[in-house]
Amino acid sequence: MCTYYTEKVLLAGSSGKGAEGWFPVLSATVYFDHPVHAPAEHTVNIDFLNSERGPAARVAVELEPASARQLAHAILAAVDASASSGNPR
Amino acid sequence: MTHDMKAETITVRGHGGDEIEAYLAQPLGSGPYGGVVVIHHMPGYDRSTKEITRRFAAEGYIALMPNLYHREAPGAAPDDAAATARANGGVPDDRLVGDVEGAVKHIKALSSSNGKAACLGHCSGGRQTFLAATSLQLDAAVDCYGGAVVYGSPPQLPVKMPALLDRAKYLSCPLLGLFGEDDKFPGPDEVAVLAKELTAQGKNFEFHSYPGASHAFFDVDRPSYRVEAAVDGYKRIGEFFSRYLA
Repeated sequence: MCTYYTEKVLLAGSSGKGAEGWFPVLSATVYFDHPVHAPAEHTVNIDFLNSERGPAARVAVELEPASARQLAHAILAAVDASASSGNPR
Repeated sequence: MTHDMKAETITVRGHGGDEIEAYLAQPLGSGPYGGVVVIHHMPGYDRSTKEITRRFAAEGYIALMPNLYHREAPGAAPDDAAATARANGGVPDDRLVGDVEGAVKHIKALSSSNGKAACLGHCSGGRQTFLAATSLQLDAAVDCYGGAVVYGSPPQLPVKMPALLDRAKYLSCPLLGLFGEDDKFPGPDEVAVLAKELTAQGKNFEFHSYPGASHAFFDVDRPSYRVEAAVDGYKRIGEFFSRYLA
């Protein structure tokens, strides 16, 4: 299928490591579509991007949907743990 | 037929007169040959769509695929370019039409051209083929499981793919549609709605939907590949182009 389902999130104070090392990531695009590499018809894909540095400034993952859900819960758990220790949510 | 060809990266003038990268594959003979503009899928101007482009050259057509992401990501890897284009909201429809128009003009200006040109695309390229065939004067068009033609993409999403059903009345050429019965975007109901509208408009079209096939059944590198549907699909495309591009 061809859903074009895409969410875009602006990121602050965040970094990622790509082919040329670490760089600030300014946005994340989350979508459900064909993967480039993962062995599935469709995956949950995330691109961490820095538009100021060009298309190659990208950290990409392609996640099987159940794995993506686990990852999302893990991120929320880490954010909650961070908040309970006094950091802003 | 020897299947001998020349394939190379060139520059063509697209929408707004912009110079954009394109991949040209053409038979080595002097012609005259029909032309095929190949519209790459959303994952980009990549190896698999270049293979498709060369396939049509091997079959005796001048095949040209413009890089729809050249403006956002000149020289970038295809997956990086696709990610950038997606983050920017995809390819605007008017730009797509201008780029296909430029590709058609480039083909027809070649000394080996017979003056005829078709458009073909898969997935998002299928929708864009329908858009081009209802915006430009073409000789044939092949829509391989193009989604969002009937219903469009949800308007709140950053990738803008408005519905095109109301453009059916402008279809300028015969249309071949190849779909999978198990596909959801476009699902069989969408294909039926489009067929009904084209019939109502008195258009020349033929649709084939393959049982046991879903989206992207032509993609040899993906689990969605369905050999029977793909082989039959290419046979139908060959017959279609023989009829309308000769």
